Amino acid sequence: MARLNVNPTRMELSKLKKKLESARRGHKLLKDKRDELMRQFMNLIRENRELRAEVEAAIADSNRCMAVAGSVMQSELLETALLLPKQEVELDVGEKNVMSVYIPVFKPKYRTSDTSDIYSYGTAFTSIDLDGAVSSLSEIFPKMIRLAEIEKACQLMADEIEKTRRRVNALEHIMIPDYEETIKFIQMKLSENERSTTTSLMKVKDMVLKQSHNYT
Amino acid sequence: MAETNDLYKAAVIGDTASVSGFAALGLSVFCETAPDKISKLIHRLAANNFAVIYITEPAAMLVSDTIKKYRSSKLPSIVLIPAIEGNTGEGMRALHEAVEKAVGSDILNQKGA
Repeated sequence: MARLNVNPTRMELSKLKKKLESARRGHKLLKDKRDELMRQFMNLIRENRELRAEVEAAIADSNRCMAVAGSVMQSELLETALLLPKQEVELDVGEKNVMSVYIPVFKPKYRTSDTSDIYSYGTAFTSIDLDGAVSSLSEIFPKMIRLAEIEKACQLMADEIEKTRRRVNALEHIMIPDYEETIKFIQMKLSENERSTTTSLMKVKDMVLKQSHNYT
Repeated sequence: MAETNDLYKAAVIGDTASVSGFAALGLSVFCETAPDKISKLIHRLAANNFAVIYITEPAAMLVSDTIKKYRSSKLPSIVLIPAIEGNTGEGMRALHEAVEKAVGSDILNQKGA
């Protein structure tokens, strides 16, 4: 470990001791933060995985229906049927603070509350598979919103955990050992100085005694 | 933040067959397949109050750099969805990447599904 480049004085020693103390406190706090973040992250990840599997399955279902609809209907008709949606969705975005990570919270707001408004077409000229595709999408849509929320949360938290882990490691393996070593170095140097003063005093005392009393 | 209470929109990007169904739900649908156009589109949507962008996996593969750029910003949330050709598992992979970043190793695989 590298010793810090400081003068071995009492002033520096007390400064370093204070720094070491706050580094230790910071280390403890950051470690707690990391552990809690990790716990929440694991919960989120678990939910994220289940949600994604569900959403992917539903979209695959809807895609299958869509493929069938596309094969029995003319593509122009299919396009026209979906051209002018009745329903419109907007998102109210709030934020939630999880261990000082700000994660977004989405609340969908629909223009019309009628659930049948997802069908933007008359049923006379469209295939029933199109209805199936649209309805399975609309069923899964709240979960898709939640998925968007939770995936963002996971990404942001992963970033924060990585940052916190780096800080914890830097404190634990670099800053604190450096401070400890420097403090030890200064203490050694100071006591060495003290010893050397004592010995030179003794020496001087001897010399003075010898001169004045011819004392050996 | 001042804009927290504004209403945001949601978009879907991908090939026509995969995304046209979302139009019925009231999402803004964009059919693009060229990488540079998708990438420009994502930048434009991000600047224009879109909070969530669903993008099909094949389209996302073309613009993975752009998507990575938005990963650490709060909005928009870019979510991968399977296209009509089927699930490529790209969306799950992103999840595993996040775990690996946070934990240091991919512990999801060891636990099993």
